[in-house]
Amino acid sequence: MIPQEFFDLLKSTFGDAILEAKLDGVFDPFITVAPDRMPEVGRFLRDNEKTLCDSLMCLSGVDLTKGKLGVVYHLHSTKFNHKIVLKATVTVEQPHVGSVEAVWKTANWHEREAYDMFGIVFDGHPDLRRILMPDDWDGYPLRKDYQVPEFYNGMKVPY
Amino acid sequence: MVISMGPQHPSTHGVLRLELVVDGEIVVDVIPHIGYLHRCFEKHCEHMSNYQQIVPYTDRMDYVAAMSSEFGYVVAMEKMLKIQVPERVEVIRVIMAEFSRIVSHQIAIGTYGLDIGAFTPFLFCMRDREHILDIIEETCGARLLYNYNWIGGLSHDVKPDFQQKVREFCTYFKPNIVELNNLLSFNKIFVERTANVGVLPAEVAINYGASGPVLRGSGVAWDLRKNDPYSIYDRFDFDIPVGTGERGKVGDCWDRYMVRAREMEQSVRIIEQAVEMLPAGDVQSAIPKRIRPEAGEIYVRTETPKGELGYYIIADGTASPARVKVRPPCFVNLSALPSMCRGSMIADVVAILGSIDIVLGEVDR
Repeated sequence: MIPQEFFDLLKSTFGDAILEAKLDGVFDPFITVAPDRMPEVGRFLRDNEKTLCDSLMCLSGVDLTKGKLGVVYHLHSTKFNHKIVLKATVTVEQPHVGSVEAVWKTANWHEREAYDMFGIVFDGHPDLRRILMPDDWDGYPLRKDYQVPEFYNGMKVPY
Repeated sequence: MVISMGPQHPSTHGVLRLELVVDGEIVVDVIPHIGYLHRCFEKHCEHMSNYQQIVPYTDRMDYVAAMSSEFGYVVAMEKMLKIQVPERVEVIRVIMAEFSRIVSHQIAIGTYGLDIGAFTPFLFCMRDREHILDIIEETCGARLLYNYNWIGGLSHDVKPDFQQKVREFCTYFKPNIVELNNLLSFNKIFVERTANVGVLPAEVAINYGASGPVLRGSGVAWDLRKNDPYSIYDRFDFDIPVGTGERGKVGDCWDRYMVRAREMEQSVRIIEQAVEMLPAGDVQSAIPKRIRPEAGEIYVRTETPKGELGYYIIADGTASPARVKVRPPCFVNLSALPSMCRGSMIADVVAILGSIDIVLGEVDR
């Protein structure tokens, strides 16, 4: 399927939850989805016999600056060999996105990483805790405005 | 009871800590703790003043097969900049990437033997590995961290006797694969320890996003060099080895191991074809010193020895990227470890972990 067909199919099924589509951009085309509807849309794309996106290649957190964070999902179907990119945008104050861990198990660690690095909270994730940083670390290192703290538990942080 | 396995346990290949929840000898659950080497690759990328400067950092992710990590990054950047690199560059890159695959699989196979208790195959693998590293060192001057693939070309051309040396290596190496198989792959003790252990069914592997030998060991014929070709891989004639449950069940440790052993033969096939088609020409195309791609984003994936390595790059029109996310195969493959270990014995965890072939530099980047 081409991205336009993906968009038509999702729009006719989910209506308002499909916010925006950029299908003729410079590079990869993408579709923006309402953050809280992500699990439903993911499940639909995985199970629908026209799409069968059984593989979540990559899940990335992004700092979009100006107080916004994004989550980018790169989907792929090993049956049909087609790809589509989904995006969800949230604010720093309300960083809640529905978890797709139940749809693709690979999202388990990827979502933990996005939580650890950007502070994006994935609702419905079974075990959302830091994965790379220590449990009691303050702040989210990959945000653009992140400042390395001078001390961690009384120890000087070398930089 | 909860038992800590690692860090600094030889079978955890460096610095991984596994928290095993056990009932007697049976493993009830495994909780991996990663994030001990973390060098902030992604944060570094955002602070680079130039896209080219990122290449040496990609080397440090999968440090036993650094050439493949560079390859993926430069392929992504060239796609972003819409540059076509010279034919000679493509062929040399393929030869180097396949050498990297053999080198990586030799480490994987050798240390896997060590995990299980076989010492000699490790020495055999190291001996053959030396020949490849000599060729690579002669070409780019380094044995571990190469910085050889540049955006738009290569840092150096190969030496005049390169083709001859590569041909000599192939002749030397082919009987050694047979020798290794006789020594280790079909060894009764080795088969007993690995067959029927840590079975990963195909649909679970796909759901976990597993790739490379871990996915192919489960019987899925999925190799990006064939299924989503990049560079000039569509011109070569080679097979994708998959696990068939020859000694046990499909997707067990032995299948994953054997896929690697057979992939070395296929890599030699690719190298032999490539070295014959090496054309003359320049190895650097004329690209500006300061690369500024148009604002946009791209996800490019390549098949490294460990599996699918993806780069998600967002360019904002300046000379440094707004975001570089790496989708490392080891990170994703390791996340499937608990599902493979549940219900097995503690000693099997060592065999299962070794069969995934992780490099911790890539797990936490």
